[in-house]
Amino acid sequence: MARTKRTAAKGTRYYRHTLPVRLMHWINVIVLVILLMSGLNIFNAHSALYWGEQSYRGVPPFLVLGSKVDEEGEVSGITRIFGHDFDTTGFLGVSRDAEGDMGERGFPSWLTIPATRWLAMARRWHFFFAWLLVLNGVCFVGYSLASRHLHRDILPTRKDLHSIGASVVDHLRFRRPKGEAARHYNVLQKLAYLSVVFLLLPLVILMGFGMSPALDALVPGWVGIFGGRQSVRTIHFIVAWALVLFTIIHVFQVIVNGFWNNLRSMITGYFRVEPEVDDE
Amino acid sequence: MSEKSRLTRRNFLTRLFVAASATALGGCQKLSESPWFVKILGFGEKATRRVQRLVLPRKAVAQEFTEAELSPQFRSNGTFMPRNPAYLAMAEGGFAGYRLEVGGLVEHPGTFSLADIRALPSREQITRHDCVEGWSAIGKWKGARLSALLEAVQLKPTARYVVFHCADPMGEDGSSPYYESIDLEDAFHPQTILAYELNGETLPVKNGAPLRLRLERQLGYKMAKYVMRLEVVEDFSHIAGGKGGYWEDRGYEWYAGI
Repeated sequence: MARTKRTAAKGTRYYRHTLPVRLMHWINVIVLVILLMSGLNIFNAHSALYWGEQSYRGVPPFLVLGSKVDEEGEVSGITRIFGHDFDTTGFLGVSRDAEGDMGERGFPSWLTIPATRWLAMARRWHFFFAWLLVLNGVCFVGYSLASRHLHRDILPTRKDLHSIGASVVDHLRFRRPKGEAARHYNVLQKLAYLSVVFLLLPLVILMGFGMSPALDALVPGWVGIFGGRQSVRTIHFIVAWALVLFTIIHVFQVIVNGFWNNLRSMITGYFRVEPEVDDE
Repeated sequence: MSEKSRLTRRNFLTRLFVAASATALGGCQKLSESPWFVKILGFGEKATRRVQRLVLPRKAVAQEFTEAELSPQFRSNGTFMPRNPAYLAMAEGGFAGYRLEVGGLVEHPGTFSLADIRALPSREQITRHDCVEGWSAIGKWKGARLSALLEAVQLKPTARYVVFHCADPMGEDGSSPYYESIDLEDAFHPQTILAYELNGETLPVKNGAPLRLRLERQLGYKMAKYVMRLEVVEDFSHIAGGKGGYWEDRGYEWYAGI
């Protein structure tokens, strides 16, 4: 029994992530962080969101990161969602900059690139890294198809799809897969990666295109399918935060499922699998 | 490994992560201020311009809307009342003394009164104005086709850009007049007009009276208001900051297609 335990603790290593996948993963990490933060700086130039083609159809924006001044001249940050006001001083609407000065800005300076209110520069960062995101994405999809990474590792099998319920239960109980099962992504993981690669990222890019007055002219009216230019801006914003939500869950899963093992596998490629041991 | 040392390692890593993030953020600010890096970032704009010009047919038109979709109030942005005594005096007189100067690389330089401009082939369009800040508004514009004006003065073979010199000084002291420039592909686009009417009425001062540019496939800052003089040039590096526009001289992209 003791011998089994020793081998059990050691487990076996296998080569999980190929070099291109690791490389493209970390490029994506850097690119997405910069896109989010420069995007928030761009948002701060007009920190309100609308639905429809335009911003001035007589309907107030449904989200505003603004401010108000009381009788004593005290400025507070106000987040208005569907007409309801929330005091968010210090974080949204009004916050301190690196020098500690309170100022009116939608998102705080520590969340934006550049840290200062600087639309022209934020746009430069955003569009340069947007190109990297597109190129990296094209490379990833091309590589995944050519190397069959997509078919082998990411597309759920029929068996996978039948086990969604069981997988949900496993996740809720934080039960870690062992042995053979740990060599593959589980079905929820596969669906999450698929939707990020083929739904969220393409959508956020497409919504970026939709804000371009030049690309709007490519097929007049296509932006209207998504509700209009201001809707497209709103969807771009929401999908960006959906990607943040994915990242939080992703990192959480990495931490609870063996932080060092997972991190190492995304750096060196090698992942350690714990063999299946009976519970007795 | 004891619980204590694990916590210290976690603490250490957290601190390392926070320190690294702070350094990275400070680094982004520093990089934004270093010319070489800004130049690299500028490749994004070049790529965007090339690709958009490649995929977009020359005459592809921006979406047009119906009267029902008009913004109740067309927002004024940037200058709403030029700090320019000569302009204000002219506005007082209903722009009767206004003359648009057209010069540079043209065969027949000259001046045009508002009546001359109104006599040129015109176009009316209900379009969406997209500001670089993020907002949009829909307005109905009527104006002279820029192509008709340029055909009237005949461009010289070396002509490449049209520069719009404006009456509104951007500096508090009356300095730095607004200006913009577009290339000939945009200048001859059917929706490129010198607008003199907004929503069926004479263009108000806050929206750029008596003439403003409409360039529907680019962002708002390209659409110069209070246009006083057109200068056709081969390149614009000798004008003001040399980047082809007031905002371009302050870091915005010359090509504002996105």
